[in-house]
Amino acid sequence: MEILQQLTNGLALGSIYALIALGYTMVYGVLRFINFAHSDVLMLGAYSAFFLAPVAERLFGPQTIAGALFIIVIAAAICAVIGVLIEFLAYRPLRSRPKLTVLITAIGVSLFIEFTCQHKSVFGADTKSFPKLLASRDVAIGGLHFSSNDLIVLVLTAALLAGMWFLVQRTKMGMAIRAVSFNEKAAALMGVNVNRVISYTFAIGSALAAIAGIFYSMRAPGIDPLMGVQPGLRAFIAAVVGGIGNLPGAALGGLLLGVIETVAGGIPGVSNYRDGIAFAILILVLLFRPAGLLGKSMVEKV
Amino acid sequence: MLELHELTVAYGGITALHGISLRVEQGSIVTLVGGNGAGKTTTLRTISGLVKPKSGRISYDGAEISGLPAHQIVARGIAQSPEGRMVFANLSVLENLRMGAYLRNDKAGITKDLDYVFSVFPRLKERVKQTAGTLSGGEQQMLAIGRALMSKPKLLLLDEPSLGIAPLLTKTIFEQIVAINRELKLTILLVEQNANLALEVSNYGYVLETGRILLQDTAAALRENPKVREAYLGG
Ligand SMILES: Nc1ncnc2c1ncn2[C@@H]1O[C@H](COP(=O)(O)OP(=O)(O)O)[C@@H](O)[C@H]1O
Ligand SMILES: [Mg+2]
Repeated sequence: MEILQQLTNGLALGSIYALIALGYTMVYGVLRFINFAHSDVLMLGAYSAFFLAPVAERLFGPQTIAGALFIIVIAAAICAVIGVLIEFLAYRPLRSRPKLTVLITAIGVSLFIEFTCQHKSVFGADTKSFPKLLASRDVAIGGLHFSSNDLIVLVLTAALLAGMWFLVQRTKMGMAIRAVSFNEKAAALMGVNVNRVISYTFAIGSALAAIAGIFYSMRAPGIDPLMGVQPGLRAFIAAVVGGIGNLPGAALGGLLLGVIETVAGGIPGVSNYRDGIAFAILILVLLFRPAGLLGKSMVEKV
Repeated sequence: MLELHELTVAYGGITALHGISLRVEQGSIVTLVGGNGAGKTTTLRTISGLVKPKSGRISYDGAEISGLPAHQIVARGIAQSPEGRMVFANLSVLENLRMGAYLRNDKAGITKDLDYVFSVFPRLKERVKQTAGTLSGGEQQMLAIGRALMSKPKLLLLDEPSLGIAPLLTKTIFEQIVAINRELKLTILLVEQNANLALEVSNYGYVLETGRILLQDTAAALRENPKVREAYLGG
């Protein structure tokens, strides 16, 4: 029973990592670099919700489903715009430069956002308690106990992952994203506006990060400008474990990491080594499957 | 229909094209032959907008198109089957063809053109669900040409369709290129190292050497030209 409970909790956490990991992996797919600022977009999503909560309360009443949806949608939209702007301002001018240049820029953008937000005239460095978006009830299913919020997060995330699969595999824009991932020049020869596809990718990834940031904050004691670092790192590992550039891989990696982290956290004496365990898994997977669990080994694109 | 005027293209400090001029008449097959590194691919990439020229003009249907981004050039009716085929190996054969029709929204027309591509290259129809990366080189070449046709172009650019393909398949592909030109009244600019093959199917030809046009004439005359015979047709 205990292990089943842990497993479900792990899936709830892992599905949040999966949402974040999708953003890393999609951007890697189209641009072949790791967008380190992704974890900060997650944080900005959480702060957006923080500031939107009173507005939602005035509009829809305290802790209503409509209010929560309002917060999620607006925060996702805000972060989508932020993600597109980050790409446009910081990465696009460097498009034809070596990947290392872009990578270092991404680290720079990340630090810039983190330290700007820590300034007392922005958010301040202190931890703020995250508003209760929905009243949480205890739900018992067959002897297992869940918070209703965890269940909602799990269901919403599953729906988002399914939606992402549909978007990427079944829509024209998704096909264009896959085409650009494979060969940007060939995609341009088909009439694809590559810049627009890249903007779109950043918008989707950032919106998912915002939602993940809100879900993550609902389980965390509070939010602060560095809150994205931990889940961002885990989600990055998840994306690599699953096979960077591979969307189902990112989802699988996220779930795997969430479950392992939760189960390890429940074992006395092991819980302090959770990050160590995450990295050990990363190293093990990469030793035996260098391209990740679902990644196909491909020759480096030139 | 297409005219390059004194086109100069450079990669960094290396000049690949030194002011070349050429014309492609509506409805014809024009070929650009030349050895490895002559600048054939650069010419096509510049027409398609993947490379920006340093100087010179490209006019198409009476309008200046040099400097336009690649996706807008496709929208104007110029499609390319690039060197090395560049099929989307991670997409299915059908998805590759649908990518070719990316800018189109006329469902009925797309279905009709899919049927046309399948009639030209029946092998693609047999492999429609297969991932393009699993096709043979020749099949990928068919797919690259079919994909280009799916945009319903007015001008088709073909970069070395014979490259790395078994001779038997090459023959089929060249026969189909001629058929496409006739049936669709599609203008074609064909780039080839295999001058023999290319001049056989073309109306007019240009010989390119280290970024300069060396000779130009009707394809028939070029095939009789002693210089061309010696350098490109094996004597
Ligand atoms: N991306 C590039 N960067 C630098 N030089 C290039 C590039 N592509 C082609 N070149 C050079 O331009 C010249 C023409 O090449 P290309 O157009 O590919 O010739 P062809 O297609 O006739 O073999 C060659 O000298 C080649 O080395
Ligand atoms: Mg070439």
